[in-house]
Amino acid sequence: MDTPTRTRTIEQRKNVVILFAGDSGDGIQLTGSQFTDTNALFGNDVSTFPNFPAEIRAPQGTLAGVSGYQLHFGSVEVFTPGDQCDTLVVMNAAALKANLSKLKKGGIIIANRDGFDAKNLRLAGYPDDARPLEDGSLANYTVHAIDVTKMTRASLEGTTLGTKEKDRCKNMFVLGFINWMYDRGLEPTERFLEQKFGRKPEILEANRLALKAGFDFGDTSETFTTRFEVKPAPLPKGTYRAINGNQGIALGLVAAAQQAGLDLFYGSYPITPASDILHELAKHKRFGVKTFQAEDEIAAICSAIGASYGGALGVTASSGPGIALKTEALGLAMMLELPLVVVNVQRGGPSTGLPTKTEQADLWQAIHGRNGEAPIPVIAASTPVDCFEMAFEAAKLAIEHMTPVMLLSDGFIANGSEPWRFPQAKDLAPIVPPFAKPVGEDGVAAEQFLPYVRDERGVRPWAVPGMQGLQHRIGGLEKEDRTGNVSYDPVNHEKMVRLRADKVARIADTFRPIRLDSGPDEGDLLIVGWGSTYGALRTASLALQEEGHLVAHVHLRHMFPFNPGLGALMQRYRKVLVPEMNSGQLRQLIRSEFLIDARGFNKVQGLPFMAEEVRAAALQFLNE
Amino acid sequence: MSTTNGTAPAARIDYASDQEVRWCPGCGDYSILKQVETILKEQGRPKEELVFISGIGCSSRFPYYLDTYGMHGIHGRAPAIVSGLRSVRPELSVWMITGDGDSLSIGGNHLIHLLRRNVDVNILLFNNEIYGLTKGQYSPTSPEGAVTRSTPMGSTDHPFNPMALCKGADGTFLARAMDRDPKQLREVLTRADAHRGASLVEVYQNCNVFNDGAFEVFTDKASKPFHTIFVEHGKPLVFANGTKGIRLDCMRPMVVDLEGGEWSADDCWVHDERDPYKASILVRLFEDPTEEGAMPRPFGVFYQADRPTHEEKLNAQVQRAREKQGAGDLDELLRGQHVWTIG
Repeated sequence: MDTPTRTRTIEQRKNVVILFAGDSGDGIQLTGSQFTDTNALFGNDVSTFPNFPAEIRAPQGTLAGVSGYQLHFGSVEVFTPGDQCDTLVVMNAAALKANLSKLKKGGIIIANRDGFDAKNLRLAGYPDDARPLEDGSLANYTVHAIDVTKMTRASLEGTTLGTKEKDRCKNMFVLGFINWMYDRGLEPTERFLEQKFGRKPEILEANRLALKAGFDFGDTSETFTTRFEVKPAPLPKGTYRAINGNQGIALGLVAAAQQAGLDLFYGSYPITPASDILHELAKHKRFGVKTFQAEDEIAAICSAIGASYGGALGVTASSGPGIALKTEALGLAMMLELPLVVVNVQRGGPSTGLPTKTEQADLWQAIHGRNGEAPIPVIAASTPVDCFEMAFEAAKLAIEHMTPVMLLSDGFIANGSEPWRFPQAKDLAPIVPPFAKPVGEDGVAAEQFLPYVRDERGVRPWAVPGMQGLQHRIGGLEKEDRTGNVSYDPVNHEKMVRLRADKVARIADTFRPIRLDSGPDEGDLLIVGWGSTYGALRTASLALQEEGHLVAHVHLRHMFPFNPGLGALMQRYRKVLVPEMNSGQLRQLIRSEFLIDARGFNKVQGLPFMAEEVRAAALQFLNE
Repeated sequence: MSTTNGTAPAARIDYASDQEVRWCPGCGDYSILKQVETILKEQGRPKEELVFISGIGCSSRFPYYLDTYGMHGIHGRAPAIVSGLRSVRPELSVWMITGDGDSLSIGGNHLIHLLRRNVDVNILLFNNEIYGLTKGQYSPTSPEGAVTRSTPMGSTDHPFNPMALCKGADGTFLARAMDRDPKQLREVLTRADAHRGASLVEVYQNCNVFNDGAFEVFTDKASKPFHTIFVEHGKPLVFANGTKGIRLDCMRPMVVDLEGGEWSADDCWVHDERDPYKASILVRLFEDPTEEGAMPRPFGVFYQADRPTHEEKLNAQVQRAREKQGAGDLDELLRGQHVWTIG
């Protein structure tokens, strides 16, 4: 940059949490994700949490319309988007009112003064005489009120854009200013703008001008005496990209299909927060990915079953309400013993519940939610990067063990992103479909083909239409062992129920023994978690260990069957705490499976855990 | 997997599986199974390239009785299973077996979407106007007033007209046949199989246990000529042994007497399978045959249109993506567009 006109203090920070908030039309998500990319490129560790309003375009200026994007970046490893923020950027009064409680005492507020006029204050529900930016009510914070709208318009005076279009560049002004405040260059954002608006030179230029104006405003205004610097984090060496959970799932599925040599068929019905998996997969047709937007959730899963029957990897995804609709077909897939991956990106329930909020309350649905005895493996992803790994594993288990597999994610990791030291294709595990041997090999003749003869793992052969001499019929009726013919024989039914359950139980033999995420091998407290609470639980556990407590953390990825060794592990601690974003679903499974008196720490607010509340709960339990 | 070209089987029995057929004695399903086996034999397609998918109901046991690939699915969902299978295996010959309850009640949604997408499949909709497997409740095709176990005072529901429904969903091949006219059934099935796209054949099928004689007026030798009309492409709509015809009077069909000297076959409506407007009128010939002056019920191929199939378009997109961007490179995909290096 040009030589600064004044001397400025640069404060070093280990990590910073910044929350961008404004109307859903203010471009908050774009601003947040751009600043995230800039910091990631700089070498920080990052973790993000976008928080969308429930409505697509709620009335402007109201609390219901506030969209947020929280970013935690650090020169140290960060595991969560942060409990409370250091800096709160608000585009209007509603954004301030909705988010002030998330700002640390003494934190910085960057406010768009133009979003605090009488109308905006009224819409946000402030009393008539309230003037939050001036009336001293924010005395505990450092407030920078900036005329963002006016200055953005001024910076675009030379353009032919209308006022409405000019105002759309407000977010770039703010982004420019924030980049100045945290001592970041504008190049990454400029590159992004060129890609996005390359074909609309006028819009591109306007966004650039606003971005630059925001940066220069910080640089020249005398109000700002302090900038902050967050040095790069000591992340493992390598090449990184950013990834969110839904992308992770999509890429994990494509990678698994490639490793197995199968086409990927994805049948799905739009639902929040799972739809982005469909959007992502629809882009990858050249990998043989076929996406099918079905007429409903039932057709989505049934089409995937049809595709698996045809020899492809059939996958469907949804969220809780959609999974409920799929359960009959899930039972069919289990009965047929065909590969199928079912992804549940959980959201707040029950019923329609809280579509844009996060929760992990579908664990029982995943494990128990079918008629009859219909066990299927259930696995759970804990971070956006883990979504890739677990989607890959879900597909591997489904294909190699001829079973539907349920993968649980949730809205928090689906939309949150983090840096990913992505693997190379050659390092991915092999996936071997158990295709039936064609007639002729091993002297198998047509009339001898038995579709439900099992190998040593209890897995039946996959005979796909088109394979000569292996014609057979399958269906949802109980079938005779080995032949697969319809059978109402009582003893056979019980045998088949056991054979199917046994096959799923033996999948645990392929799991790695359980490993602690952190902490001593034995001690006073074991924190047992699963899913997207990973970051908060890890942060809390590390803090407790640093304070000298004998606290360990284990994070489950295999919900059914459990990893071998979990029961023995829990016995080595005086107490077991199971924090969950539900009323205690894993806790009850653990209690019934292992007869361990586990305690729950439960939050069902549609929001992720804060590390601090987990730490406090663990501490209280320790001291009882 | 390997797909091999087998040789055509020598006898009809080759397509039958080793499973004992377990429909009620006298059920119309036997006739349909036999005609399907016959045309499979005529085609001589290798057994492994044939797939029969069904839902739930009496008719849906069908796949068990053929030595082809087959899946007995869940109630109403066969169209969805077929859609997924066809998407990934466009080279197979896929048949869907369903009934009036399976495809018009619980699976109604899937059927209309399969038709609009034009998935290439031969659909045999066995219509017996009753729920047989659950022992005698009224179905969405039972006539108003039908007395069944669930409607002791008569059904209050207005029934579906399946051909009109499927025409409304833009089905590209619509035909009607009956179990008791095997020759016509075979002809229609052969045509359906030759059609590229969703071929829907409604088959009037007698349930001799719970709804015996539902279609007797169309099948009985004495009444059949007066209550049925077999439509053929390019031929006038004539019935009652040539004594009556149907004329289109300003798009309104009317029965005319061909013996009175006023009208001749040349004045009658000439059937054009390719005419969507005429087909929309034809499917509306659905009057209660017991009513005085009721129009005869049409049978045969009502309508056929050429429209690319869903799987053709889907696979063309895959092909196009590969031509434009090259086959997928997994490393490139995992890497994404923006990367940075640490260390």
